[in-house]
Amino acid sequence: MAGEPLLRLDKLSTHYIAGGGLRVVRAVDEVSLSVNAGETLGIVGESGSGKSTLALTIMRVLPMAAKIVGGHMWFEGEDLVQKTDAEMREIRGKRIAMVLQDPMASLNPLFSIGNQIAEPIRVHERVSRASAWERARGLLKAVRIPSPETRVKQFPHEMSGGMRQRIVGAIGMSCEPRLLIADEPTTSLDLTIQAQYLNLLRDLQREHGLALIFITHNLGIVAKMCDQLAVMYAGRLVEAGPVSRIFNAPEHPYTQALLNSIPRMGERDQRLTAIAGQPPDLSALPPGCAFAQRCPQAFHRCRSEAPPVLHPRPDHTLRCWLSVDAPAERPRVLAGAAAV
Amino acid sequence: MSTPSDVVVLPSPSPTPRRAVRRLAIRFGDFPVIPTAILLAVALVAIFANQLAPHNPEIGSLTARFKPPFWQTGGSMKYILGTDQLGRDVLSRLIFGARVSMVVGIMAVLVAGVVGTVLGILSGYLGGWVDQVIMRVTDTWLALPALTFAIFLAAIVGPSMWNIVIILGVTYWTRYARVIRGEVLSLREREFVRLAVVAGCSKWSIMARHILPNVVNSAIVLGSLMLGVVIITEATLSFLGVGVPPPQPAWGLMLSDGKQGLMVGYWWLTVFPGLCIMLMVLSANLIGDWLRVKLDPQLRQL
Repeated sequence: MAGEPLLRLDKLSTHYIAGGGLRVVRAVDEVSLSVNAGETLGIVGESGSGKSTLALTIMRVLPMAAKIVGGHMWFEGEDLVQKTDAEMREIRGKRIAMVLQDPMASLNPLFSIGNQIAEPIRVHERVSRASAWERARGLLKAVRIPSPETRVKQFPHEMSGGMRQRIVGAIGMSCEPRLLIADEPTTSLDLTIQAQYLNLLRDLQREHGLALIFITHNLGIVAKMCDQLAVMYAGRLVEAGPVSRIFNAPEHPYTQALLNSIPRMGERDQRLTAIAGQPPDLSALPPGCAFAQRCPQAFHRCRSEAPPVLHPRPDHTLRCWLSVDAPAERPRVLAGAAAV
Repeated sequence: MSTPSDVVVLPSPSPTPRRAVRRLAIRFGDFPVIPTAILLAVALVAIFANQLAPHNPEIGSLTARFKPPFWQTGGSMKYILGTDQLGRDVLSRLIFGARVSMVVGIMAVLVAGVVGTVLGILSGYLGGWVDQVIMRVTDTWLALPALTFAIFLAAIVGPSMWNIVIILGVTYWTRYARVIRGEVLSLREREFVRLAVVAGCSKWSIMARHILPNVVNSAIVLGSLMLGVVIITEATLSFLGVGVPPPQPAWGLMLSDGKQGLMVGYWWLTVFPGLCIMLMVLSANLIGDWLRVKLDPQLRQL
């Protein structure tokens, strides 16, 4: 790794605080991550594992009940946690942009396409209306919308789903951000449109050298798109590293279970391997590892002490007791779980 | 029967232009033509009152008091709808009264609409203590009986047409605030608003550019329904003597002036202004209902 990464999260924690502090949901719990310029980081995890909250935290657009309770977010040498709201507005859309979960609904039905692409440009750069619209036309061409001159004046309901999606991508790219966060941008699309859109994102990334954070629960997309992978479970980062390493040799039992649950071609007679049990309640986490309840390899220590953050290799993060304690030191008290 | 039973005569397919008409009829067939015509007519009468009125509405001749409409014995074409207790022409007073009703109705709805919409948007979008304060004030306001409150305000500021506009605006803004706030609460969770947030727009520009245009529909629907309520309230205030001050002709005032005459057969003094009020309010309500169905996002299919 060369120099300081573009974005480095350092023990970042975001909690939802309800009932005056009586109920605290640890949606993001001491997450440390980094993204280099031009790189793609995939964040995977079950629903409710804190992926989306993490994205909202980076953008600093959390709902009112959520608070950043600790940690730092170093972005191009500045700590985003310390920024005021006004300073964050300068960064949002300009240096860090975001594509939302449902791009189909991300366009205001009452404004023309050009108007909406030009909006962030007009907010962040002191340019005339005409030149912002000129750039909007250029962006439409960049996201491969045919005949941008006429499309730019049209309204969202005149576009197909795939086109609207690409327009949302164009809005994200409009101020040439350094980092683009895509929160499950393809869940509402069919497969061919999905593939087109992912290719488009990759091309844009290559052309502009931007970093991409891809939040998804689709491991196929991760394999295709990402350089780095971070696996989250119950608000915590359990394993992170290069995609090829994690896909080939996952070390955390949760990552292993996740990869095992992907259906494979040709295995028609086998049942799909699901991960038994439910993720824990984030407001009442067990004292030890959050995954211990469902982990087939859990031993006594997993239930009593939270595992430390380990770096087995310089680019590999792991949070699991299995790689600390040698097999002989693991008293297997969980007979039922061990038999699985 | 001349045709054999196994021969079915199909209706000839209608030509294309007629089909186009039918399509239009499906889309706009339920357009309230008569109410719109009535409201337009009242508006035109209000605008051209000076040209249309045959007599001065405020000055009568005492030699021609209590003349009945022209078709009754003693009536004449000079005073088509008769005269009142001061010998003023009822038709001319109705014509100028339309002006008062129109101006007060539209302006009061505008005042209430602007105040209520702005507060509703602030309350719904900003949330927190702003929402708490605005909504508690609204609750308190709604707990006051509207008419009594309007009379109370009129007693404080004194009667004049423009004061009535302000009073009605201040009395009825809460209905807007409630409805618009609810609308904003659902709008602020929509993806395009979130996208504007992550694109770095300030909350003020989001409220102005993304929220406001999306609640205008509801505000218009509410406004057309409120028009009827406001006109009735104006007439009531005038009837009670705290509305438009006397020499000026207002429909409510005419009702009030004519009420003693009702017992001795001077029916035209109350029936004509009463009919005018009823027709105008009914028209406003029918148009409002039609707009609500056409524009309300909850009822509109998409």
